[in-house]
Amino acid sequence: MSETREPRRTPRTWRDAQIVQLTLVRFREFLREPEALFWVFIFPVLLTAGLGLAFRSKPVDTATVAVVTADIHAPPHVGELLARSKSVVVRAMTVDSAMEALRTGRVALIAIEDLGGRISYRYDPARDESRTARLIVDDALQHAAGRVEPVATSDDYVTAPGSRYVDFLVPGLLGMNLLGSGVWGLGFAMVDLRRKRLLKRLIATPMSRPQFFASFLISRLVVLSFEVIALVGFGVLVFHVPLRGSLWSLLFIAVFGALSFSGLGLLVGTRAKTVEAVSGLANAIMLPMWVLSGTFFSASHFPDVMQPFVRALPLTAVNDALRANMLQGASLGAVMPQLGVIAFWVVACYAVALKLFRWR
Amino acid sequence: MQAAVHKSAALVVRGLRKSYGDVVAVDGLDLDVGAQECFGLLGPNGAGKTTTIEICEGLVDRDSGDVEMLGRTWEQDPKALRQRIGISLQETQLSDKLTVRETLALFRSFYEHPHDVSHVLAQVQLEEKANARISTLSGGQKQRLAVACALIGDPELLFLDEPTTGLDPQSRRQMWDVIDKFRASGHSIVLTTHYMDEAERLCDRIAIVDHGRVIARGTPRELIASLGAEQMIEFASEGTAAIDLGELRQLEGIIDARLDAGTYSLQAKELHRAVPALLAYLASRGAPLTELKTHSATLEDVFVSLTGRHLRDE
Ligand SMILES: Nc1ncnc2c1ncn2[C@@H]1O[C@H](COP(=O)(O)OP(=O)(O)O)[C@@H](O)[C@H]1O
Ligand SMILES: [Mg+2]
Repeated sequence: MSETREPRRTPRTWRDAQIVQLTLVRFREFLREPEALFWVFIFPVLLTAGLGLAFRSKPVDTATVAVVTADIHAPPHVGELLARSKSVVVRAMTVDSAMEALRTGRVALIAIEDLGGRISYRYDPARDESRTARLIVDDALQHAAGRVEPVATSDDYVTAPGSRYVDFLVPGLLGMNLLGSGVWGLGFAMVDLRRKRLLKRLIATPMSRPQFFASFLISRLVVLSFEVIALVGFGVLVFHVPLRGSLWSLLFIAVFGALSFSGLGLLVGTRAKTVEAVSGLANAIMLPMWVLSGTFFSASHFPDVMQPFVRALPLTAVNDALRANMLQGASLGAVMPQLGVIAFWVVACYAVALKLFRWR
Repeated sequence: MQAAVHKSAALVVRGLRKSYGDVVAVDGLDLDVGAQECFGLLGPNGAGKTTTIEICEGLVDRDSGDVEMLGRTWEQDPKALRQRIGISLQETQLSDKLTVRETLALFRSFYEHPHDVSHVLAQVQLEEKANARISTLSGGQKQRLAVACALIGDPELLFLDEPTTGLDPQSRRQMWDVIDKFRASGHSIVLTTHYMDEAERLCDRIAIVDHGRVIARGTPRELIASLGAEQMIEFASEGTAAIDLGELRQLEGIIDARLDAGTYSLQAKELHRAVPALLAYLASRGAPLTELKTHSATLEDVFVSLTGRHLRDE
């Protein structure tokens, strides 16, 4: 080489290592995208706050009932009886407005009194709230009418942290959030790089491909730590959600789960060339899991024939393991079956994705 | 420069072929690029320039043929070759959210013996924009940054695919300065372009490419000299019906004549004889001139005489 003037070259430091530079780029891209910050950090906290408030445990069960009497000019006999109970809120209505109120959820139950004084209840038996209301209202009515209980009973309410809906919800939302940010984080980023031909530009350099993929996982790891802190911290501070298991185990489950979700994201982004294509694929993967994996309600509600399939989903495994850790204080050993499912997905996703990955 | 080709070749391509389905993109193409040479692939859109250069860059698989650069092939030692060449693709959108400096620091990290970021920033005249986000750069600045990313690894061989396409004249001139400077440092460049003025201005030697083949090669001067005409005359007339191409070709000082979209182009050797002869001929046919232009022959004229088409048809 016949160089006339050799330019000055600064010695290399750790900052010049490609894994550092690649990872820094990931952080910069993430932090400079306000929408991404919202979806990853703020949205799940808002969702927890909203659902936690909507489904907060009420001190005593009350039922709101629409009372319809055959002759609306006559004093509502049933209504008077029910009004004596503290557990029942009575609304006198016509049949039409009562049906409307039932449909819109303003009342849980309709009690219709015919001319002969007989009561019939009208409600949707699939609605938990309505079934409960039917029991409460009927009980109140029979009691007010003079029924004497053969067995003396009293109520002892359990609203301690650990068994409320919000306790169930927080680990599920954490799982769902990890799924979303993993699939979007990797799937979308890969398609964006491919669409801009940046992937092709990168492999035109001597860049190390393993380090390229590693930079995505490292940045996910760091971001996910903050996701866990934001969501779990919010649940603990505001709703007193218990953290009965070890925090290290919790973090391990979150990291391992997020690794499998990032693998799903990589899989989604292996070949797609447009944002539309990757959105479709990502939703096709995530939507069934949101429904089936026990995020908002327990996956055990699904029929037995579906259970093996539901249990094999990575989000089910992550949700179950997170709940076992946070609510029951389970050790990692106790959630081995779930960790096994997650490990399967990690291996399968990366093996397939790296094999199919297209740089152009 | 001719001697350099034999001393040590920067790039040797033999019998290169590549098809996409029924489309033959590269159809048996040979190239020899010497050390310290700036070599241009000049041709219209779709000629196969990008396919050729990307095969050389090891980014596209070839159907057949041999590629050797800096004394190695892609099969032998891809890692070492990647360290020694610099590449700017025809279309890459660098990440909008990063700054110029951050982008260069990323590309720098891939190389074993890279330049400093500040050195390359000076080379491409982007020092003031070092901390600007890429989204705020003009087209010319983005294109120079793309070249800076190719330069940061201190390459011995630089590939530039259409480095000035879509740029305004001032940005093109700035890009030419950047390329000149790299050339002056004693390394080799392979560039593609469909601008004949760019090829003429930058390249030591040129291969004119059409339909995946080299249809002419040489220095810009040699190529133009091959026309046998130094000057071009273009004219338009109201009396087209009375003008005969065969008769035009017989006129003194005129070598060839063609009619293209109502305009006649004549290749001329001696303007001071050819123009009076043309005027006399038109007067004798009663065909008054509506337009008359002359210019020195260019590579565009070479391309037209070889193919009957213009470099930039659309
Ligand atoms: N990936 C591809 N798939 C199909 N056809 C292609 C592809 N790349 C290039 N071609 C075709 O090959 C021919 C040469 O293209 P290209 O090398 O891009 O030409 P140039 O760079 O000279 O404009 C064109 O007809 C183009 O349509
Ligand atoms: Mg091209």
